[in-house]
Formats: sequence, C-alpha cells, structure tokens
Amino acid sequence: MAEIPDITIEVSNLVKNYGPLTAVNNLSFTVKRGEIVGLLGPNGAGKSTTMRILTGYLPANSGTVHICGQPVASHPEATKRHVGYMPENNPLPEDMRVSEYLWFRGRLKEMPRARLRARIEEVLELCDLKRNRHRILGRLSKGNKQRVGIAEAILAEPAVIIMDEPTIGLDPHQIIIVRNLIASLRGRMSVIISSHILPEIEETCDRVLIINGGRIVAQGSPADLRHEIFGHTTYRLELAGDPVGLPIHLATLEPTLRIAAQEEPNADGFRLVTLMTEAEADLGEKLLQALPAAGYRIRSLGRTQPSLEDVFLAATRRSWDARLPDKQATEGDARAPLPKV
Amino acid sequence: MRHYFTILSQEIRALLYNASTYVAAVLFLVVMGFIFAGILDDYSKAPHETAPAAVFFQVFWIPVFFMVPLLTMKSFAEERRLGTLETLLTTPVTTAEVVLGKFSAAYLFYMLLWGSTLGFHYVLRLYARDIRYLDSGPLVGGYLFIAVSGLLFIAIGILASTLTRSQAVAGILTFTLLLGLIGGITYASELAVLNNDLLSPLKTAVDSLRIPVHVEDFTNGIVDTRQVFFYVTGCILSLLFSILGVEAKMLNS
Repeated sequence: MAEIPDITIEVSNLVKNYGPLTAVNNLSFTVKRGEIVGLLGPNGAGKSTTMRILTGYLPANSGTVHICGQPVASHPEATKRHVGYMPENNPLPEDMRVSEYLWFRGRLKEMPRARLRARIEEVLELCDLKRNRHRILGRLSKGNKQRVGIAEAILAEPAVIIMDEPTIGLDPHQIIIVRNLIASLRGRMSVIISSHILPEIEETCDRVLIINGGRIVAQGSPADLRHEIFGHTTYRLELAGDPVGLPIHLATLEPTLRIAAQEEPNADGFRLVTLMTEAEADLGEKLLQALPAAGYRIRSLGRTQPSLEDVFLAATRRSWDARLPDKQATEGDARAPLPKV
Repeated sequence: MRHYFTILSQEIRALLYNASTYVAAVLFLVVMGFIFAGILDDYSKAPHETAPAAVFFQVFWIPVFFMVPLLTMKSFAEERRLGTLETLLTTPVTTAEVVLGKFSAAYLFYMLLWGSTLGFHYVLRLYARDIRYLDSGPLVGGYLFIAVSGLLFIAIGILASTLTRSQAVAGILTFTLLLGLIGGITYASELAVLNNDLLSPLKTAVDSLRIPVHVEDFTNGIVDTRQVFFYVTGCILSLLFSILGVEAKMLNS
C-alpha cells in the first residue's frame, strides 16, 4: 500500500441540497492520519449525509472532498479503495455466514487471496468473532452484527474508516469492546465516528466536530471545547459558617472566584455552596487550607467540569448563528428557523 | 471488470444455498411437466403435423411470465431495502459490474431451468416406439430461441428491479412489461389503424416484432438474425437503463 499522506481527509465548502432543504451548508474540515474524530450533532444535522459524501456514495452539489489527496468526485474508485465504511444500522445480507461475508467483501476491495485469508483470521481475532465465524449473519445478535460491521470496515486496512453510529443499540459491555476496538485504531488509520452517545465520543475521540443545521458550530478536542464554550470551572462545597463574609475570603484567594449559588443550611448546619471561577488551575487544595483557617468547616469539596453534553447543548441551541452562548442570534427565538433556500 | 466475477460467484453461491431456488426449480418442472404431458396426451388422440417439441415451445410464455419476475425481482429491490446496496457501492466496484453480475446470475439460472426440461424430450425419446418421427430440429431451434429471448426478458426483469425498493412492485412491473412485449405487440399488429399507408413502416416494424411468430420461425429452423438482433439490442438497452437507474437513484436520493 502506498504511503498514507498526513492529511487523509480534506473537505472544503461542501454543500448538499435535498430539493429545497440544505442538508450540508458550506462545511469545511480536515482530518489527519491516525486521528479519531467525532461528529456530533442533533438528528437531521447533516452527519450521515456528510459521511455518505465522504465515501463517494452520494454526490455533493458543490465543494470538494479529497481523500488521501485525491478528489472523490472525479476518482471514485481510487478513493473508495482508501475508505472503510459502516453505515447507520449496519445493513448486512441475511443469508451469508460471517467468514463468507468477510471473504466476499475482501475480494470486492481487491485484496489478494492469500493476504485476505490471513487478514480475515486477524480481524476475527481482533473483533472476537472466532466463535461465530460460521454463523449466519441473519441469526447473530446485535452486538455481534456490529462487530462484523467493524471487522468488515477494517478488513482492507484502509487509510480512512467512517462509522455512522457504531455503538447504537449495544449493551454496556459491548460498548466498551467497541470503544476499545476503535481506540486501538488510533495512530494507524483515521477514524470518523458519528454518535449521539456523548460519553463515548468524549472518551474515544481526539477531536470533536459539532454540526448543526449543516454547519460546524464548534470544533476542537473535548477539553478545548469545554474551555471555549464554558471557560469556567465549578466547585461544590458543603460548608458551615458565616455566609456573609465568604465572598471576601474567596476574593483574597482568587480574584475571579465567586459564589454562583448557595442553599439553605440543613439540619447539621452545612449548606451546599457552588463556586465558579475562570482560573484554570486547581483551587481545591487552597480552598481546603484557607477556609478552615478563616473559621469555616468544610465537609466535602468537588470539582465539576462541564461535560460534553453541556457543550453540545450549548453549541446546538436551535438558532442559526449562535456559536457561543453569549452571542446573539440574528433570527433569534427558541423555534428553529426555516432553512435558507 | 474483475469485480464482476466476484459478484457473479457470490450471486451463484447465494442461489445455490437458498432453499427457494430449489423450490422454484421443482415447481417450474412440475408445471412444465404437466404442459408436456398434456401435449403428449393431445398427440396420442389425433395425428399432428408438427413435432411435439414445436408445440411445447409455443407455450413458452407461461414459464416466462411467472419465472422471470420471480428470478429477478429480488436482485436490486431487496438490496436497496436492506441497505446493503449502499455498502456494495462504497467499495471500488462500478455500477456496471454490479448490474452485469446480477444479470448474468439470473440468466444462468433461467437457462439451467429451461435446460432441465431437456429431460422431458429425452424421456419421450426413450419411450417412443418409433423415433423417426421425433425431429430434433425444432428442439435446437426452440432452445436457441429461449436462450436469445431470455437475454431480453431477464434484462427487463433487472431493469424493473432497479427502479423500486419493493420486490412486489418490481415483480408486477416485470410481468406487465413482459405481457406488453409478448402479447401487446401481437395485439398492436392487429389494429386496423395501422393499415394506413402513412403508418406502413410502423406496421412492418410491429409485425416483425411479434414474439410468437419468432417462436414459430425458430422452431421451424429459421434463425433470422434480425430477430436475434432485436433481442440482443433490447437486452443491452435494458441493462444500460438499469445502470443509469441505479446511478440516478443515488444522485437523487
């Protein structure tokens, strides 16, 4: 196989219309070799459409997609050799056996027979399908079918693997297995996953693209996104003591530290206080030292960071032009506006 | 073109391990057996001029009407509905290879089914008291007709299958198109409106396209290359439209 270039996927100004509906609206992004990228977005945001365009199955209305340096629209066969694809709901023919199906797909992807035989063994081992190799696809459980789908996608060792919702419908054990499988591909192949299961994306992906209404509304690593969209850290304390003097003590500790919320004290005299700060450094130790010195009693201290779900919800609020929560939407109200023709 | 053989061998393998193939083959032979037995019964009652083989081929449309839709309706409609057409077309295989592969597999099976009816003629030969009257000419002509016309009929079936997600719609569409081709042209040739001088080229065209007349010609030993040409070009045209149909559905999905 030829050398895989550093940038395996390059999408510029991609547009796809389904009649009057613009599913993909001027999308641009790149994916480097060995990166795992997550595509997040509400239903109907254009994730599946984008993935189909990347695989060459669907033609776009305008814009370009380059896979391993070659344009997909004019060189479909060359680019399809570099792509392994697992569509949503993982369609499999119902009558074939697992090993037969992998053989058929491997031959279609132009793998030489001897190499294919060895590779099928490898892939069955990797996806833990050895026990099921002679079972008929229609009779497999959902988790096994997903594993067959992933096995088929990685079979020809393509430079790019595209998976549309790979963990949907799986039980927690199977999700962990699939997650580890995907993580094991890091460094060798570029992987694009789309999912709704945000903790999955947070754990597996190096970079996340949040798509809404056919546009990218946020992109970056999960940590970067958290910082960009929220930019603050939250501490929750159970505190007993004088609430009036607390802000002064907090300000001496750290200028941006302030009380976000506090509740009524419970029977023990402790109250739940939520603090917010823009500082990135961990203030836990300082709090634990300074507050008792000032006469407060602390029972518990925790640091919470906004999860990817918070990032996602903030980024995909239903208005066209909102990127960050504090930006005003030009067509702002809570209802999703009609797509521009 | 190398993927053509992969797809062809996979389709044949699928035909071989599917139980419905064998059920269809048995039922086909049962129907044809009855027809043949009926013909022989008829022949035993009164003397006839033509060989029984010739009459056997004159009812070719019975198996064509029910077998061709059944053989071809599954090919694209099922894959489209299941979603496996999408995974197939994301491999470095061209739509032409897919269409030709499925067409070849269906055609091969169709020919195998008809080929198995040779057994009837063999049994007749074995048990006839006087084989001088059994002419093998109409047999050769008849099976040649089946081979050539099969190209067109199966191609029409494949075309109908690419146009829809539903197997039932594909089957009915194939049946209707075949009915129009086999019966409709004969009907059109009898319309009085074509007797007009202006329409005489149209009349000659329609007259020469009557398929039952082709059967007679072939079984009488006349292999008219114009008729062969009709079937072959019809087949090529249908397959071209199938390829375009698959790609058009991708473009407009």
